[in-house]
This record gives sequence, structure tokens and C-alpha cells, in this order.
Amino acid sequence: MKEVVFFAGAIGALGGAIAVISLRNAFYSVLALIVHLISLAGLFLLLQGEFIAAAQIVVYAGAVMVLYVFVAAYVGNVDEPLWEPIPGQRFLAPLLGVALFTELGIAIIGSGLKSIETEGPTVGLGFGSPESIGRLMLERFLIAFEAASLLLLVAAVGAVVLAARRREGAGGAGPGSPPKVPGTGPPAPSPRSSV
Amino acid sequence: MDITWYLVLSALIFATGVAGVLLRRSPLVILLCLELMLNAGNLALLAFSRSLGNEDGQVFALIVMVIAACEVVIGLGLIVAAYRRRIPLNVDEFRKLRG
Repeated sequence: MKEVVFFAGAIGALGGAIAVISLRNAFYSVLALIVHLISLAGLFLLLQGEFIAAAQIVVYAGAVMVLYVFVAAYVGNVDEPLWEPIPGQRFLAPLLGVALFTELGIAIIGSGLKSIETEGPTVGLGFGSPESIGRLMLERFLIAFEAASLLLLVAAVGAVVLAARRREGAGGAGPGSPPKVPGTGPPAPSPRSSV
Repeated sequence: MDITWYLVLSALIFATGVAGVLLRRSPLVILLCLELMLNAGNLALLAFSRSLGNEDGQVFALIVMVIAACEVVIGLGLIVAAYRRRIPLNVDEFRKLRG
């Protein structure tokens, strides 16, 4: 039973990952990433990380991916030019990926760690439950928790600064006017205000 | 299932993410590939946490999720700002930081 769930999750996760990098449309890539994240949440459940799996679905596949979907719809499909700055990039890049996987595989299989060749020790019922994770987070890893919360605050302020509409000097991109598609219309005399 | 299987899967997903970052030119897809790599790291953290039988790795997986959320917010903010200024969304042309 465990094997069936593992291979179903692994196929979903790997298929989603490959679809993310191979689909031409960015919107479909976002949807493929959602499939990947949900399959990964199943694998997290198999590893007895109940709270992490729930957070993965609620926070990642729910909230973060909604942000991606909105931006993908706002920006539209970006057509990637066929010109390559590095000749042969499209053959070299997968080759480097395969080389990296080979290296990691050798490291995993050849490692002397005995504990990764088993299913892991039997753990109690509360392993990975919100209660124990919260206890660890607020006692042993309090500094990491606080640093993460500070980082979230800084990121939120930064996002507001980056994405806010410029008020002064409303030339072509004034408040209320829809953003034009690049390349159409006259070059707007946009004041390069330093952000 | 041995923990090794999870680690091999995590390495596969990570290599896929690396190949995607090197292959694609759209900044949005590059951000998606960064998510792939962070998730591969999360899977490895949870696998080791299970194999050692303590939950420290799970706490760090949660912290990684927070950091991924921050990265997404800033990255998407940059993409939206670049789109508003009519800069073509292509990482080959993002070389100069000066507007």
C-alpha cells in the first residue's frame, strides 16, 4: 500500500516538475506546479509530516499559487526568443541537469548513512502533529521563527514598494490607465523615478 | 519504502529545477523552477527527519516554505514592476540593474 502511494506521488511530483519546465505557456506551467505541490503533499503525509502536508496545500498550493496565477494572467504569455546568448544552451542545460542528478545519486547511494536504508524508526502517534511542531517552534527554534516572521514583514513592505503605482509624473502609466503592451504606441515619456 | 527512494526523488526534482533555470528565459518560469528546487529540499528535509525520528527537519521545512513565500512576493513584484515600465520580460535583457 505504501509503495502504491509513494509511486503515485512520485509520478505526480516528477511529471509536474517536468511539465513546469517543458510547457511553453507560463500559465500551464503554473498549473503544472500546483499538481507537483499536491503530489508532494501526499509524499509528506507518507513521511508522517501531517502539519507540513496541510501547510503545503493551504499555503503553497492555495495562497502562493493564486499569486502566480494572477501575475501570469496580468503579464500574459511571454514568448521566448529562439536566439540564444550561449550557443547550444538548450542541449547543454539538460546535460548539466543529468550530470547533477548523477552526482547526487552517487552521493546518496554511496553514502555511509545506515539510517537511510531503512524505513526509519517507529515513531509515536504525535510525530509531526501541529502540537509538537508548534512546541518545537516556540521553544527550541524560537530564533528561526522570529527571523522568518521579520523576513516576511520585510518582504511584504518590499512588495508594496515595488508594485505600487507611481503617483507623481503620471505620463503614460498614470493611475487608472491600463498598462500598454510593450512595443505598441509611442514611447511614453515615463519619468524614471528611482525606487 | 526506504528513505533512499525519497532522497533519489528529491535529487531528481532538484535536477529538473536546475535544468529549468538554465533552459527557460521567462522570469516567471524561472521563479517556478526555484520553487521546484526549494520543494526538493523540503522533501529531503522531511525524509531525513523521518529517518532520524525527530521533528527538527519538519520545522525547518516550514521555515523554507516561509522563505519561499518571501521570494515569490519579491520576485513577482519585480516582474510586475518591469512589466509596468515596458521592459521586455526576458532574463537575457535583465542584465543591467539601472533603469
